[in-house]
Amino acid sequence: MRPVRFNLNPKEANISEAISMGKAPDGVGGDGFFATQLSSVVGLARKNSLWPLPFATSCCGIEFMATMASHYDLARFGSERVGFSPRQCDLLMVMGTIAKKMAPVLRQVYLQMAEPRWVIAVGACASSGGIFDTYSVLQGIDQVIPVDVYVPGCPPRPEAIIDGFMKIQDLVGQESIRRRNSEKYRDLLNSYGIQ
Amino acid sequence: MALSNEYIQEKLVEKFNDQVFQFSTDSGILSFESSAEINLKVLQFLYDESSLGFTFLTDLCGVNYPDHSGAELVVVYHLHNFIENIRIRYSISVPEAKPDVFTATKLFESANWMERETYDFFGINFIGHPNLKRILNVDEMDYFPLRKEFPLEDQTRIDKDDEMFGRG
Repeated sequence: MRPVRFNLNPKEANISEAISMGKAPDGVGGDGFFATQLSSVVGLARKNSLWPLPFATSCCGIEFMATMASHYDLARFGSERVGFSPRQCDLLMVMGTIAKKMAPVLRQVYLQMAEPRWVIAVGACASSGGIFDTYSVLQGIDQVIPVDVYVPGCPPRPEAIIDGFMKIQDLVGQESIRRRNSEKYRDLLNSYGIQ
Repeated sequence: MALSNEYIQEKLVEKFNDQVFQFSTDSGILSFESSAEINLKVLQFLYDESSLGFTFLTDLCGVNYPDHSGAELVVVYHLHNFIENIRIRYSISVPEAKPDVFTATKLFESANWMERETYDFFGINFIGHPNLKRILNVDEMDYFPLRKEFPLEDQTRIDKDDEMFGRG
């Protein structure tokens, strides 16, 4: 017998229960082919391989570390490779309090990212300044860069961060491939002073 | 014989007569004040005098008393004597209209950044400082945040409920 104190009567693992199949996009399929919209395929590929840039400033950064660790594993969602270079990443995850002095730096990092890029504001401080309503804290990063998803919490639990990430995945999967060239997107960037 | 607060007070009064005043002892630390013009003389005396030997500047900070007209801004120096383990507090006050104070950087190197911080938050102008510019806040800021007249909260928020913050 194994010298253990726990798990003395383990349940038999059933492999068919443990795997779930993702939903295929709408299209016409047949023997060896599947025809669908280009944007669905591209969206599917992009959403399951987002490379995040963790812009972790304070406590929410610690929660992110927990999310990337083995228990809550963000790598399951395709973001195995986190990069710290904006040139190589798709998703800017701003986690933590951004001071007014840091705002131009954050903007510069955002500007250096290549399209398509998404931004997720993790935590109360990044979304709205949090409990720090003072002269030195930026009251929400959406004052300097456009944000796609806000994750509330102080700090949000890793499950909440994963939920925000999954919402980003939904956005990515359904995005039209001409969105980044559209008038509306250009107007959005202009409202932030970004050409 | 350990240095005592009474001895320090005696020596100061002996040297400066009535230019130093308001002696008090708060939690064991002797505090006194003087006018702003002689601050360097007092600091130098406390540094050089062998029996006193206050050669370490622990802290240099500012206080704003908006009600004391003519002495709204106060600079507080905390000095420490390592050998006897004695601390004293020395404060000088300046009016808001002309907040000029001579810099202590030549005597204490650490006063350099501490005076920049005091300038950043209170607007006290240190004459003779090698590099008096903002240290913690954004460079473009044109007001002094820790003065009582400026609100703590960022004024760009429009969604805060006054009732919940005790202002309703």
